Amino acid sequence: MSDPTIFEMSSPGRIGARFPEPDVPLAELPQEFLRENLPMPELSEIDVIRHFTNLSRKNYAIDVGFYPLGSCTMKYNPRVNEEMARLPGFAHTHPLQPIETVQGNLAMMYELQEWLKEISGFKAVTLQPAAGAQGEFTGVMIIRAYHRSRGDLQRTKIIIPDSAHGTNPATSAMSGFEVVPVPTDADGNVDMAALRAVCDEHVAGLMLTNPNTLGLFDCNVKEVVDLIHNCGGLVYGDGANLNALLGIVRPGDLGFDVMHYNLHKTFSTPHGGGGPGSGPVGVTEALAEFLPGPIAGIVEEGDEEMAPLYGWVMPAKSIGRVKSFFGQFGMMVRAYTYISMYGPDGMRSIAEHAVLNANYLLARLRDTYKVAYDRVCMHEFVLEGHFADAPEIHALDIAKRLIDYNIHPPTNYFPLIVKEALMIEPTETESKQVLDQFAEVMVKIAEEARTSPELLKSAPHNTPVGRLDEVKAARDLVLCCWVPDKA
Amino acid sequence: MNIPANLKYAETDEWVLVEGNVATIGISDHAQDQLSDIVFVEIVVSEGDTVKKGATCATLESVKAAADVNLPVSGKVVAINEDLAQTPEVVNSDPYGKAWMVKVELANPGELTGMMDAAAYEKYCAERSH
Repeated sequence: MSDPTIFEMSSPGRIGARFPEPDVPLAELPQEFLRENLPMPELSEIDVIRHFTNLSRKNYAIDVGFYPLGSCTMKYNPRVNEEMARLPGFAHTHPLQPIETVQGNLAMMYELQEWLKEISGFKAVTLQPAAGAQGEFTGVMIIRAYHRSRGDLQRTKIIIPDSAHGTNPATSAMSGFEVVPVPTDADGNVDMAALRAVCDEHVAGLMLTNPNTLGLFDCNVKEVVDLIHNCGGLVYGDGANLNALLGIVRPGDLGFDVMHYNLHKTFSTPHGGGGPGSGPVGVTEALAEFLPGPIAGIVEEGDEEMAPLYGWVMPAKSIGRVKSFFGQFGMMVRAYTYISMYGPDGMRSIAEHAVLNANYLLARLRDTYKVAYDRVCMHEFVLEGHFADAPEIHALDIAKRLIDYNIHPPTNYFPLIVKEALMIEPTETESKQVLDQFAEVMVKIAEEARTSPELLKSAPHNTPVGRLDEVKAARDLVLCCWVPDKA
Repeated sequence: MNIPANLKYAETDEWVLVEGNVATIGISDHAQDQLSDIVFVEIVVSEGDTVKKGATCATLESVKAAADVNLPVSGKVVAINEDLAQTPEVVNSDPYGKAWMVKVELANPGELTGMMDAAAYEKYCAERSH
């Protein structure tokens, strides 16, 4: 069954809101901009409310059930974050207000920057990038600006291990670099011999996701960082998996030069359709002057009686703005709230419980599913979704069958270096009961794969629509909300 | 799995058909099976280009992943399959026929000796599948 689109529900002449007679002169739209073939839906308010409420009830979210989407850190978003973000002093300010009238907002941003610096061991932070991928782009453009400022124009390559996030190669290519892939060794670490072979004076940097997308902490991270530094390159840390390290390891201390944070992962601001992302970037002292700006800073020191005056500071050799205004402000309020609620010890316990939960699930599933690189994992792990005695079953079928048990599928077919990958990240917010239920469902699905494979091949069954035709969706693109008349 | 005996194979799953001094290049049946349904093909070299072994000649996208097709040989591009952009599904249905991607006039026929024959490639695929 499917719902009609809002265009199909349209009834000529029906309206949802009446406007008063205009009390200003009418302006005519120029004729050339008027279109005859633009069907706008005509509905009453209750039609619209019912349509979207019904659609929303078919949605799946962390508030509905378990969401072990690997490398996405789909942790619960505490409601106190929402309450703080709606405080009128935060919610009703405008980015163009005079700074004297938004000192609280600026103080919050400044303090959040300080906390992110402390958490990661960096010397300066920008809150501007709108999402993780934009944070990566910002970071790599900073690396580019650094080499160029030194007159070092021969550095054209960025090295990326094949266990990195999929956005890393795209970021490097978009920033004008040649991507040089490096394989993973038998233990799931960067292959050091292969890395050594590509280190030369053309290396601008390396992008390392640590823990990597196998959920493993790279045991050679120090050596990797040194190798890159010794050939004159910089090391970019993909902070998407920072949840595993909070309060335990600081990427800045490991020698990383630049890293993005995902406020919408690690720091519990909504994502996955629930809100915009936010991808602040932290850098070392040497790179601070290249950060995008303006950045919240203290423009007049305070004393015992006067609070400092906060304002905007533009780094000396800034790569420029990467986002209008100052970034996703509402997300900063939420992340600030989250960090305040937990404090330093709480931060550490987040990482500990995220790692404990992942290892507990791994231990429960190890005998049922093949584990790609079987060692103590960090916040996530990768299983192989195939069985020798059920050859027609693929990771996709297991993922779709999970939906029937009201569980969001894990990330699948990534990382590419694992056959039929199922990447599972439970996060610290799930209880042992939820983890046990998930493990039992996964074991049951493995049994079903042998006894009634058709159940998996045709899954999901309990959803408003069944298995979607992904091939048709990708080959036969229809990107407008209504199909124009063929005539 | 179909592994024609008259072709040579690369470790990155491309095949080469040599006729005279021209090599025709595509991806193997094993490769298309691993990628699953191909939904997009872009040939990234043009006729007349001088290309080096190892360079990317095409980009593929399936519902699961994106992958580069690397040239197993160096030389001059003498033809590209312009139909593939419109019919990416033939990479799945006819990987050794209609889904040829580029033809290269060989600059260094010696490069072919480093490639696998059908028997070696079959063994290579079997080794990777567990």
